[in-house]
Amino acid sequence: MTAPSLELKQVHIALHGRTLLELDARVAPGEVLTVMGSSGSGKSTLLAYAAGFLAPAFQASGQVLLGGQEITALPAERRGIGLLFQDPLLFPHLSVASNLRFGLPRATPDKAAKVEAALADIGLAGFGQRDPATLSGGQQARVALMRLLLSAPRAVLLDEPFSKLDMALRHEMRQLVFERLRGAGLPSLLVTHDHADAEDAGGRMIAL
Amino acid sequence: MLRLTPWLIIALLVGPILAGLAMAALPAFGYLPALGGDAFSLEPWRALLAQPGLARSVAISFTSGLATTAVSLTVVLLFLAAASGSRLDRWIRRMVSPLLSIPHAAAAFGLAFLIAPSGLVARALSPAPSGWERPPDLLIVNDPWGLSLMAGLIIKEIPFLLLMSLAALHQLDAERRVAMARSLGYRPTIAWLKVVMPSLYPLIRLPVFAVIAYASSVVDVAMILGPTLPPTLAVSILTWFNAPDLSQRFMASAGALLQLGVTLAALASWWGLECLVRRLGRGWVAGGQRQRGERMLRLAGKALILLAALTALVGIAGLALNSLAGVWRFPDGLPQTVTLQHWQRALPSLGGPVAATLLIATVATLLAAGLVLAALEHEQRSGRQPAQGQLGFLEGRRSAALTLLYLPLIVPQIAFLFGLVVVMEALGTRPTRWLVIFGHLLFVLPYVFLSLSEAYRRFDPRWSRVALTLGATPDGAFWRVRLPMLLAPLLTAMAVGLAVSIGQYLPTLLLGAGRITTVTTEAVALASGGSRRLIGVWALVQASLPLLGFIIAVGLPRLLWTNRRGMRGTP
Repeated sequence: MTAPSLELKQVHIALHGRTLLELDARVAPGEVLTVMGSSGSGKSTLLAYAAGFLAPAFQASGQVLLGGQEITALPAERRGIGLLFQDPLLFPHLSVASNLRFGLPRATPDKAAKVEAALADIGLAGFGQRDPATLSGGQQARVALMRLLLSAPRAVLLDEPFSKLDMALRHEMRQLVFERLRGAGLPSLLVTHDHADAEDAGGRMIAL
Repeated sequence: MLRLTPWLIIALLVGPILAGLAMAALPAFGYLPALGGDAFSLEPWRALLAQPGLARSVAISFTSGLATTAVSLTVVLLFLAAASGSRLDRWIRRMVSPLLSIPHAAAAFGLAFLIAPSGLVARALSPAPSGWERPPDLLIVNDPWGLSLMAGLIIKEIPFLLLMSLAALHQLDAERRVAMARSLGYRPTIAWLKVVMPSLYPLIRLPVFAVIAYASSVVDVAMILGPTLPPTLAVSILTWFNAPDLSQRFMASAGALLQLGVTLAALASWWGLECLVRRLGRGWVAGGQRQRGERMLRLAGKALILLAALTALVGIAGLALNSLAGVWRFPDGLPQTVTLQHWQRALPSLGGPVAATLLIATVATLLAAGLVLAALEHEQRSGRQPAQGQLGFLEGRRSAALTLLYLPLIVPQIAFLFGLVVVMEALGTRPTRWLVIFGHLLFVLPYVFLSLSEAYRRFDPRWSRVALTLGATPDGAFWRVRLPMLLAPLLTAMAVGLAVSIGQYLPTLLLGAGRITTVTTEAVALASGGSRRLIGVWALVQASLPLLGFIIAVGLPRLLWTNRRGMRGTP
């Protein structure tokens, strides 16, 4: 797969005529760009804009390019951008395996084997039929990461994905996430207010 | 398609009401060519005003609207103020939905069997301490003051207002407010009344208005419990409308407009009362009084609602007892013999109406649920989700859209259904099941919307976002994520819709032209002179049908999600 880069060109977002944030950045394949900001600085708005969820109340200008292709006008589901939230958000009505299968593109051959292999990959072999609510916080986070990767995104946005994990897990999870994202050659954009996140990400850092 | 649904809903609700009101207004001024009324005149009004007892009918309708609402609201607010999370409080909260699901007619019959001279209460008091050897010669049910009518309405409106208040309380953070006031030395009940109630009332104002409108214009309950000579205004209108002499229709139309006026007058008076209470209340809230009355308020808060809930439940038990009673001489508390004879005799004639009732209710509810889901989903997708309640449903202010939803609940049924029949007759439409379903939809739709919108809007938008970023289409996200996760509230809303449809009397009667019979029309028809045993059977059947819906609404999600801990307790 060709590794695209994610570009945010002259992004300017305002609410009720008041400028919220301005950004111009390019994230190379396999790079994690960290955007730091305190709460209320518009970090989440930036992600909503890049992912295609910006509420109509905001006025945004600028472009989002993925692999040189403009995707600013595309709806969220066709942008090819994956998202990792603060919570794992595993669908509570589906089993662990169904959660992973949800992310697989429709035409994937031999889905069951793929899902089983993915579970084994994160040390959860045999967990497929489990109720996600019975998994520990760390296990849920790993399933969420794997679900994201299985959906074969071309870029990834991370919305403080570690802030709700307890201290002991946090470092371990960061290592795993960044390692996997780099391994897949994905351009990733991390927003956080935690300096430790930025340090573990090891990439460039922009303050809002 | 999705984009049009909000407008479709508005058109569905507002169109028929306006058309109906217009077609009630024209004959009221003598114009209805089909019946030979070619010129405008005031003759219908003259005929109306010449009716004996009209003033009394109007007075009872008006008083019933205000008194029912005042008492129900007081009971609900006192209960909420006194509620402390005890076993009794939790039991009452759990009883809200079942009590709400009892159709008005069944509850009214239950109350009648309870308080009638030969009813359960009189039996319990006889022969000692009352000394009655025979049923006392008292006019309790159908009393000329409409007191039993109001009592019947009150036991049904309390669960409605309680449910609406509980939903609104979510937004208020009541516990923290009360805790704050208590730390300043206020007793808990007083604290609630002073710091929560003033913010709660504006949120339940529309439901309160709906209660006023309903209580001032109700037909079925008034036929069962209301005064007879003269009956309430709405019942009189129905009699005139159904009179064999078609020329009475002109007078009936004038009556329909008068009913609209009476209801509006009741609403206006309530508004005046609101202003008065607000003015008096302001001094009380700020007066610094922290303790006085706590004990009494707390006692009243628990006792009154308990009395209302028990009355409704014992009434239903009374229905069951009557439907099974063989010989049952007066002072005996229980029948001497028990028999299935009444059930056996009624069974052959039950099937048709039960099937018709369920069919109409199911179709109306499914239509309503489809429209409501489409409108709410559209609201979510267009990003007009009212995060803090400023925007919603249509582009306009949320309150404006909500008022439109409440329109069928605030305009008296008899005022516009009536004109709607005239419209249908003018169009040459024959009474069909579809027409009745359409009539029910007018009332089912608002209730389904009100029950579902809260859960739908509170649903975490990130669930759909996750689905979309994983490549699901918006439709896929709806069917595979949002709908299954919201199944429980959806089923509850549909159970409410079913209950509303099952209880409808006037739309079935008028739009079905008496040819479509449901358990409700049959049960109410028995009110005048039917045998008690038979009424017991029919009213009990009527009361149990809505329960089916609630049993499914509670049971199905549990069955489906036995193995999904995250789905227990609605999201």
